[in-house]
Amino acid sequence: MLSSFLQFLISGVTVGAIYALCGLGFSIIFNASHVINFAQGEFIMIGAMSAVWLADAGVPLPLAVILAILVTMAVGVLLEKLAVEPARKASVTTLIIITIGASIFLRGLAQEVWDKNFHKLESFSGETPINLLGAVLMPQTIWVLGTAVIVILLLAWFFNRTLEGKAMLATSFNPLAAQLMGINTKRVLLISFGLSAGLGAVGGIVITPITFTAYDNGIMLGLKGFSAAVLGGLGNGAGAVAGGLIVGIAEAMAAGYLSSAYKDAVAFIIILAVLVFMPNGLFGRKGTERV
Amino acid sequence: MASTSRWAGLGALAVFLAVLPQVLPNNYYVDVAVLAGFNAIVCVGLNLLIGYAGQISLGHAGFFGLGAYSSAILVTHYGWPPLAALLAGALLVGLLAFAIARPILKLKGHYLAMATLGIGIIISIVLNTEAQITGGPDGIAAGNFSLGGFELKGERAWYWVIAGLLLVTVWLATNLVDSPVGRALRALHGSEVGAEVVGVDTTRYKVLVFVVSAVIASIAGSLFAHYTSQLTPTKADFFKSIELVTMVVFGGMASTFGALVGAAFLTMLPQVLTVFEDYEPIILGGIMMGTMIFMPRGLVPTISAFLTRRRP
Repeated sequence: MLSSFLQFLISGVTVGAIYALCGLGFSIIFNASHVINFAQGEFIMIGAMSAVWLADAGVPLPLAVILAILVTMAVGVLLEKLAVEPARKASVTTLIIITIGASIFLRGLAQEVWDKNFHKLESFSGETPINLLGAVLMPQTIWVLGTAVIVILLLAWFFNRTLEGKAMLATSFNPLAAQLMGINTKRVLLISFGLSAGLGAVGGIVITPITFTAYDNGIMLGLKGFSAAVLGGLGNGAGAVAGGLIVGIAEAMAAGYLSSAYKDAVAFIIILAVLVFMPNGLFGRKGTERV
Repeated sequence: MASTSRWAGLGALAVFLAVLPQVLPNNYYVDVAVLAGFNAIVCVGLNLLIGYAGQISLGHAGFFGLGAYSSAILVTHYGWPPLAALLAGALLVGLLAFAIARPILKLKGHYLAMATLGIGIIISIVLNTEAQITGGPDGIAAGNFSLGGFELKGERAWYWVIAGLLLVTVWLATNLVDSPVGRALRALHGSEVGAEVVGVDTTRYKVLVFVVSAVIASIAGSLFAHYTSQLTPTKADFFKSIELVTMVVFGGMASTFGALVGAAFLTMLPQVLTVFEDYEPIILGGIMMGTMIFMPRGLVPTISAFLTRRRP
């Protein structure tokens, strides 16, 4: 009883950590530009696929991971430079279509560069399960959670303690005032895409030994990450992390106790319920409209 | 838009639709035209919501699918006449849209996108999972559409029905846009608070347009269920919703004619792109990005602005 509950909790927190990283990616880009980047899920896929590809080509795993993150960040920066930056003045709907176009494009590209098969990455430190009160804990799960915690702490440090991070926060509050204070808001936008792509890649790489990856893996992960970000209140970093964990845990519990077929629906049912009663998400600031 | 130019536009569309089948070489092309017609009907309705009310829906394929499956299920499992099933589906979708519209349309921008996306995905998951009723991923066959002994069969017969329905939809949409409702919608697109201050009941109008566009999608879906030999849940999924929004935005938001062009173009595009096989998504994604970057207002408004500028 307790052990199966614990088992569901572990798998929920694990996948929730990935949703949280993805949700953070959405929030960072949203803060810098008010763009919802529907290609966020593709960053997860590109990170994972390039790590697998490099590792299969004989590159040592740590180096493969670092290179894969850099490749994904380069894709993120290119996406910003080539597709988002030229359309900065376009409407929200137009920008949504651009990022959806980008995600279709990147998926098509991945299918050409790699293939349509499922791929697995070696676990980082063996497959010997750890027994935890009757539940099974795989070493890779600890890697996922540890990485997520470290990345989130690094982000918090970056946004609160570095000039670059503070500049990004300032831009999210008031882009014009930030610009007047000498902040290069274009650069902020570029960094936000690079950073979000990096976050997606890290999440995609650490989860791949558990869940496998394929060229079309990014769609659902991206949508769940978006749910996490909206659930926590768009643009709210801590909210995105909480949202990701809530979505992940609820999903694992629903799959365990109710029906695995409706697992993917759970995230969206929660989000609808929350939006109906709390239109700005769980921790979102109440917005006002200027006339 | 003055009412004379509206009638001129409708007339031109009617002539075009009448002549088109004469120049189509074979039934394959007629089939593509019919599919474009289905998409165009949904897009004209969706454009009311996106283009005029300024509200995005990333779940409209869900309403299309709900209408289609209502028809298919009521006709095959319960032996309802197709027209009654169509009306029942439209009523169901209308009520559902109304029930969710009030809480959801209070949401703004991205939150509304998320909510409609969620509804669309939930509908699509239910259609895939409840296989004993819906046929699951394999789909369901609704049979031919029949009314009072007359059975609708063949691409050409369907073409005339869909062309007629498209004309009616465009007429309704342009009527709505030119009415006080349309002016209220444009006002709330500009500034919602501003519209409220001058006495526009913004929520009521948004709900109205949301329900109208959902019912249009449902009716198109019901007919589509009879047109296609096998109805599958892919017609109700997230990608179909994205495709519909793309058609509206590509053709040009707040332009009924733009929605038609967008639907026609993006229905034909995959047919043309099949020669590129695996490169199809790369080209499709590239075209989506390219048009939105270089023509952020969409094809038709950009071209018409270009033409008026060149005229002395």
